[in-house]
Amino acid sequence: MPGYKINVIKKPILAVRESAFFFEGSNHIVNAGIKIMSGIAQGYLANDNRPVKLSIKNIVVGYLDKQSGHTLVAVDKVSLDIREGEFVTIVGLSGCGKSTFLNAIAGLVKHQHGEIRVNNRIVNGPGTDRAVVFQKASLLPWRKVGRNITYGLELSGMKLAEAREKASYYVNLIRLNGFENHYPHQLSGGMQQRVNLARALACDPEVLLLDEPFAALDAITRELMQNELLELCEKVGKTVVMVTHQIDEAVLLSDRVIIFSARPAYVLDDISIPIPRPRKGHIKDSEEFRELMSKIWRVIEGNANIGGGI
Amino acid sequence: MRHVTVFPKSTVAKREKILNLLLGSSVIVLFLAVWELLFQFKLVNPLFISAPSRVILAEIAMIEDGTLLKNLSVSAKEFLLGYGAAVLVGFPFGIILGWFKLVRGSFGPFIAALQATPRVALMPLFIIWFGLGITSKIVVVLMSAIFPLIVNLRVAMTTIDADLVHVARAYGASRWQIFHSIAFPTSLPFLMTGLRLAAGRGLLGVIVAEVFGGAEGIGYMIQYAGSTFQTDKVFAGVLVVAVTGITLDFSLDRLGRHFDRWRGEVPVH
Repeated sequence: MPGYKINVIKKPILAVRESAFFFEGSNHIVNAGIKIMSGIAQGYLANDNRPVKLSIKNIVVGYLDKQSGHTLVAVDKVSLDIREGEFVTIVGLSGCGKSTFLNAIAGLVKHQHGEIRVNNRIVNGPGTDRAVVFQKASLLPWRKVGRNITYGLELSGMKLAEAREKASYYVNLIRLNGFENHYPHQLSGGMQQRVNLARALACDPEVLLLDEPFAALDAITRELMQNELLELCEKVGKTVVMVTHQIDEAVLLSDRVIIFSARPAYVLDDISIPIPRPRKGHIKDSEEFRELMSKIWRVIEGNANIGGGI
Repeated sequence: MRHVTVFPKSTVAKREKILNLLLGSSVIVLFLAVWELLFQFKLVNPLFISAPSRVILAEIAMIEDGTLLKNLSVSAKEFLLGYGAAVLVGFPFGIILGWFKLVRGSFGPFIAALQATPRVALMPLFIIWFGLGITSKIVVVLMSAIFPLIVNLRVAMTTIDADLVHVARAYGASRWQIFHSIAFPTSLPFLMTGLRLAAGRGLLGVIVAEVFGGAEGIGYMIQYAGSTFQTDKVFAGVLVVAVTGITLDFSLDRLGRHFDRWRGEVPVH
């Protein structure tokens, strides 16, 4: 791999060794400043016969650090298979590279190695088969809500009338009807984020990418939005990849929770959430829920202590 | 959750507005009264200061004999042609300058140098090049009005919200789509500010150019009246220019607010 100049930190490798039973073929080669690590997260649903919607193989994302002039690795050989209709959440320490990973799937960040496939087609760059919901609603302030929801469709070249019609289903589903003629500044943060979500869903993407979608909201709104997203996803059955810091959010919404290591990110663990669907927000009070949360937390905490990645 | 409360303008704010209007107009009235009294009681040589009443009379006389309309239409023509050309060139050029790094790098210093040069100082050259007629005045207006437009639109392009561009890119937007769906709407408020500034500069340009050298127009009329000691005519000309300037600025401000509706309540400056 040319162009790699990575300062090897020994500690994370220890962490990998400790949790090596989660990996298939964890081959760490430390050689001449080049570190290659691999963790293939298969999930525990090996007998799942749904087709693989999103397949990520050994992707490496690095970027040039302007201060040191070195290439830093943000995502290190991550592989992940996500099946149709699955809701997969990635959790990890802040700055671990999970958002970079999501951006790579979205095609906004180039990966230097490996491949990303949606429906078995290699993707390189942004496309209409994926839609992203970012932490910030980032609505076009001069467009009314209706035209913000159709924005993604308009960009894909659809006529406005057709886009309106296609979007109207999601406008109703996300209960935004009646707000089409409001400007974004007239809406609360939670409402703006719902418009953001509707904009993504209106494009009817193969894979929906959520990048800490509720992180900027207050605690109460966040809880409400989680419940709403839960209901929504169970209704539309989209394949979703979400990045979050909230472990409870991850457990509530996901079929699988992927835990990323401290930077450079590799898969520490892949935990399936066997809580049956449809779920309701109150499952957060259950014993099973708490156990899953602490299980995830232990993995993150162990990695943070060893890796010193905070 | 189903409706949005829009707070009405509070009566306090309304009262304050009325008070300001009263205070502002009373200062003007006071000024005019003092001026008139200075003239009526011959406290200052009437030849120097004229009086509001005489200015109005001169204004009426000029309207009646047609000189005002004739000169005003010449000035208006010069202004509109120069201003129009400035908008047609300055708007796209400012956007291009801000949008393309290479263009900014190559033309930036040249524009900055031109902008720093007082255009009026180039007036003798414009007269040599374009003659004493209307063309040299149009060029002065163009050169005066174009820079606020270029500068404002260049700045507009640098204030584009990076998050919006990020979202657009995530939806697969092309550079052109990003331009017309994000950059262009971003530029509109800046265009409006640019238009207002440019109108002021352009008006100044047309008057100075006519004072400098010409045989018609409001500027010429003012200059001619001054050199023949007709102070009331000078003031009458200045009044026309002032009223034009205020009207222009007010209408452009109104137009700007129309395009700014999406910002919500626009603070009153």
